[in-house]
Amino acid sequence: MTLLRLEPRGEASRAMVYATPLLAVALTLVSGFLLFWAMGFDPVKALHAFFIAPLMSLRGLGELAVKATPLVLCAIGLAIGFRANVWNIGAEGQLTLGAITGGGLALAFYGEGGWWLLPLMIVAGMAGGALWAAIPAFLRVRFNASEILTSLMLNYVALHLLNYLMHGPYRDPDGFAFPESRLFEADAVLPLLVAGTRVHLGSLFALLAVAAGWFLMARTFIGFQIKVIGLTPTAAGYAGFNQKKIIWLTLLLSGALAGLAGLGEVAGPIGQMNPTISPGYGYTAIIVAFLGRLHPVGILLAGFLMALSFIGGEAAQIALGLPKAITGVFQGMLLFFLLATDVLIRYRVRFGAKGAAGSGVGRAAA
Amino acid sequence: MSAELALLGPILAAMLAAATPLLFAALGELVVEKSGVLNLGVEGMMLVGAVCGFAVAVQTGSSTLGFVAGAAAGAGMAALFGVLTLLLLANQVATGLALTLFGVGLSALIGQGFVGIPIADVPELYIPGLTDLPVIGKALFGQDALVYLALAAVPAVHWFLYATRKGLILRAVGENHAAAHALGYKVIRIRFLAVLFGGAMSGMGGAFLSLDYTPMWAEGISSGRGWIALALVVFATWKPGRVLLGAWLFGGVTIAQLHVQGLGIDIPSQLLSMLPYLATVIVLVVISRDVARIRLNAPASLGKVFHPDA
Repeated sequence: MTLLRLEPRGEASRAMVYATPLLAVALTLVSGFLLFWAMGFDPVKALHAFFIAPLMSLRGLGELAVKATPLVLCAIGLAIGFRANVWNIGAEGQLTLGAITGGGLALAFYGEGGWWLLPLMIVAGMAGGALWAAIPAFLRVRFNASEILTSLMLNYVALHLLNYLMHGPYRDPDGFAFPESRLFEADAVLPLLVAGTRVHLGSLFALLAVAAGWFLMARTFIGFQIKVIGLTPTAAGYAGFNQKKIIWLTLLLSGALAGLAGLGEVAGPIGQMNPTISPGYGYTAIIVAFLGRLHPVGILLAGFLMALSFIGGEAAQIALGLPKAITGVFQGMLLFFLLATDVLIRYRVRFGAKGAAGSGVGRAAA
Repeated sequence: MSAELALLGPILAAMLAAATPLLFAALGELVVEKSGVLNLGVEGMMLVGAVCGFAVAVQTGSSTLGFVAGAAAGAGMAALFGVLTLLLLANQVATGLALTLFGVGLSALIGQGFVGIPIADVPELYIPGLTDLPVIGKALFGQDALVYLALAAVPAVHWFLYATRKGLILRAVGENHAAAHALGYKVIRIRFLAVLFGGAMSGMGGAFLSLDYTPMWAEGISSGRGWIALALVVFATWKPGRVLLGAWLFGGVTIAQLHVQGLGIDIPSQLLSMLPYLATVIVLVVISRDVARIRLNAPASLGKVFHPDA
């Protein structure tokens, strides 16, 4: 039955670390071609509308940066946690909380703001996200509860909280019962960076996060501890590294970055509070983190690629009537292909069975 | 009969129905985890099961075929997970997350043409005499067949795991895959079968939601039930009987929240909707607090990658 065997490599292949993300993208495009074809669309036209047309204008490139911003911010934090085996799946909720706390300030000081309002909102947004992430951190450290499940549950809680606020305290008093807030005033909106686009100050924060994330992981003792805990928890224990501290740190950090991303959305392209702040950025950021190899620079590139899948999905919907759900399918497929091809990093693939005895004996004979 | 007592029957019936999808998904995942595999893709498998079951039931007019299709679709998704984690040795946590993200997108894509379409009711059981009993008759003897199937699955899974040779082997694989492999058991094949079973059960739970509980298709119809099912397995400390208890508890919370809204108690509905998720967190905390008990009951090889040569 074994036509394909996996043979362990002596050491992980560096070349494959870089090659498999590209291979995964290529496989996703091939699958997309087949998918469009099966659905009765002209695959060439559809792929063009999806992945190329959006990049053909300054405005399109700007939108790419706008969408990549929250993805990169969330993914940088998540990746640092993943490195330490801290599985924060709650970026979506932390992003929502950042929007709630930061955006709430914009509404609270409506009409009486000043230069100080925006910095205060940024701090509040980060604090809101960090606070939401502190819950799974506390429950994990104090009660041993899986942060995967608790952080995920809090995504739903955050969404219901936002919904409640939008139907109550945050609603525009003159808004005819629509669940939308007032439009933020000028002193509560992030300044634009590039004229003719919607690229805002948040994109700069994302770049800073990339640089800071790289510095933390590559140049500091904390980063070293994170990597050791992730790779060999027992060794980290013997070395006396404080695992609880690292759980707290990675969760608070990723929560604050996700909160900043949420604030950047409501104080940036959205410009008000509404019940649909994020089209799933917090979940897509998980894919971005893996696709970027949990490395800040990789995450930056992966963030742009995933941003393209959001914009391309919208563009293809308008141009060809392609269903919007395609975006999610593409994103999921890409992660699958990446995980599947990752096997090439640690194993060589050999075709054909060596005798009928199976792979174990085959290796012993070799 | 007093008004409160008259309410009890429908409440009990609704609770049993609300617990059913959780029961299917959690029992399936329990078997998967007992074999040493952690599949976090339950939510995705439920969604794809829900939409495929619904689509087939609408096309064929048969809810039975719909349930079969839901289970098959769930198993299909699980097969994807199995290939990646068991054959290509991918990280189980990451792959499970990918399965959920993919399932959310795929189900939305398949389901586009089916939003808002009505579907014929699944016939309910009727036993003359028993179903007519006051208060409890309809709740206990007047439900859809799937509710009883889910209940029957509890002792069946327990019997399989603890009273059959195959169940013993499956547990051995989950406790120590290297030792099981050394004894000559096909670790990967056994795990693959467990993963397929888990997928079929999740798909069935999803199909129950779209065909029977709601009954309609809407994007993200499972609204986190797959994740709650994962939490239930931990809550149950990997014991089938306690999964039943947990599912009833969550069915109860879900229904209580609806009834509080119905009684006109002045709490915003959005805040009440948080209850099942908060309850999950609380329950997880209460169980996980006892580290020794979790360590004693969790399959020792849970989530660890197995390669026969390594």
